[in-house]
Amino acid sequence: MSARVYVPIDSSSLSVGAEAVARAVESEAKKRGLAVEIVRNGSRGMMWLETLVEVETAQGRVAYGPVEASDVASLFDAGFLTGGAHKLAHGVTDKMEWLDRQQRLTFARCGVVDPLSIADYRKHGGFTGLEKALALAPEKIVEEITASGLRGRGGAGFPTGVKWRTVLQTRDAQKYVVCNADEGDSGTFADRMLMEGDPFTLIEGMTIAGIATGAAKGFVYIRSEYPHAFHTMRRAIEIARAAKWLGAEIAGSKTSFDMEARLGAGAYICGEETSLLESLEGRRGQVRAKPPLPAVKGLFGKPTVINNVLSFASTPWIMSHGAKAYADYGMGRSRGTQPFQIAGNIKQGGVVELAFGVTIRELVEGFGGGTASGRPIRAVQVGGPLGAYFPDKLLDTRLDYEAMLAVKGMLGHGGVVVFDDTVDLAKQARFAMEFCAIESCGKCTPCRIGSTRGVETIDKIMNGVEREKNLVVLDDLCQLLTDGSLCALGGLTPIPVVSALTHFRDDFSAPRGVKLAAE
Amino acid sequence: MNIETRVLQGDFDEVRTRRVVDAHSGLEGACLPILHALQEAFGYVDKRAIPIVADALNISKAEVHGVISFYHDFRGRPAGRHVLKLCRAEACQAMGVDALVDRLANLHGCNAGETSADGALTLDNVYCLGNCALSPAALIDGEPVGRLNETRLDAIVARCRGAVQ
Repeated sequence: MSARVYVPIDSSSLSVGAEAVARAVESEAKKRGLAVEIVRNGSRGMMWLETLVEVETAQGRVAYGPVEASDVASLFDAGFLTGGAHKLAHGVTDKMEWLDRQQRLTFARCGVVDPLSIADYRKHGGFTGLEKALALAPEKIVEEITASGLRGRGGAGFPTGVKWRTVLQTRDAQKYVVCNADEGDSGTFADRMLMEGDPFTLIEGMTIAGIATGAAKGFVYIRSEYPHAFHTMRRAIEIARAAKWLGAEIAGSKTSFDMEARLGAGAYICGEETSLLESLEGRRGQVRAKPPLPAVKGLFGKPTVINNVLSFASTPWIMSHGAKAYADYGMGRSRGTQPFQIAGNIKQGGVVELAFGVTIRELVEGFGGGTASGRPIRAVQVGGPLGAYFPDKLLDTRLDYEAMLAVKGMLGHGGVVVFDDTVDLAKQARFAMEFCAIESCGKCTPCRIGSTRGVETIDKIMNGVEREKNLVVLDDLCQLLTDGSLCALGGLTPIPVVSALTHFRDDFSAPRGVKLAAE
Repeated sequence: MNIETRVLQGDFDEVRTRRVVDAHSGLEGACLPILHALQEAFGYVDKRAIPIVADALNISKAEVHGVISFYHDFRGRPAGRHVLKLCRAEACQAMGVDALVDRLANLHGCNAGETSADGALTLDNVYCLGNCALSPAALIDGEPVGRLNETRLDAIVARCRGAVQ
């Protein structure tokens, strides 16, 4: 019998040499005359341990990491194929504290299964949610999703069931399901990990949405910065279609649903849903005014369900375990779990899926183990480039949609980026404005021009040019962007700026040697 | 990729362009798939392709130009032999990417948005590659690199330059 060795094919793993590790395992086994079957799984989400190699043993899967290709010979020497002791060994993977403390519903299979094996997917409970949905009337599916309390995981937190109901009730022969996989927020990578590690879950979730709303065609719009995720999704769609889980009369039912993966082209704004729809239609990714809502007039003017990867990927679990089981997780109006992503200057970064209500500190200190640099944490940005920078005194804030709003932040897509005490928050505030200027679609004036004025004003403040006066101008500008922008890019860019001004005001008056550019 | 293919990539080939356009023009919302396919085939989107795309999709040349100019990905001319996409977003800032940018400019003569004088390397800014727990992150010719530091960066640049025989 050959030993089964798991070497992840996730982009993060590949970025630290997983390919070389896989090749080394193969050649070392050959050299020693040992039969080894290498499975290229997704990542378990413990990024600091990548490349995390696992071996199937009688006790379960045993983990070794971070493995470099040069460690492989010594792993063989230590008898790692039967779980032998080694300085990189962590024991049984599922019992590792970092994983064991999580509540993995959406990510239950990620890193466990072979991403492109339907048999493996089925073995781990895959498609049972879809089978349940196929036996239900569309209204019942929508009721179930509504009862679960699931809210849009892309950042807006809009109740998914309400969105689906609107599409279901809008009459049209042609409807669409669109997955927003334009995960552009810095510090977020859960969508990517899921698409690379468990793509059938997304396919299953989108298919459930199609059945629930009467849509027969789906698109998953993936950003071009994720070439591996795009490739895996495309392959997974082909495989699912060949196995009749997509296409006409799926799984022997009367229902048809098919989908395509589409590639973005490097525009952050296309993560905004109406801009994404424009892009899918083949145009500049410019934001549309709402109403009409996409649920009524979306892709090609047709009723469209548009949700984030994690929203769709949560629905198979909800359908197979029931709405109540899902709603039992969480707090307040934030039900279920959120795959949080711990990133930036962090010792133990990765994906932590937990019920809503965990504090920022538990994530960055408990799971994250503090900074990678070993210096004190000074600021934590939650929710991507449009999220607030929090100081130490706010790290005990609980992570749920409402609690984040109460401290003038937002949960966004669940990204948590850590900075040590070398960070300059005035510079970060300037970057927020600069990023908005680079990525603005240009449709509305506050965002298009306000962001550039923001950069200039922060430059003046940082350089001590009429500082007090310019701080007033900046406040005013932030208010204008918040009130007057068409979408969340301009509307939320003030959040990081204002949070930096509120919590780290001294950074704006720090002496600097930089000279203003000649005007 | 050698110099020969690069020269070929810079050459406009109308027949091949039409073939690429026709292969994708039947898709719903075909414009982006066509432009991606053209860029993959030629390494950039030649402006002489614009009327062909416009004609196939029955839209104006201005609209096609508008789409090309809106998205950061589409190039108007060929890139260098290698393309380094370096993440400049917050998580990578927290791990010191700005110092790497300075090093690329000052030590290696590579500036963001430009191709180095020897044609070896095009450096593009990107905002997030979804590898934020292993920052600073980059893509070199589409392959992910994490935990970038001076040593790894220098090695990448050397490899790109060494590829010229």
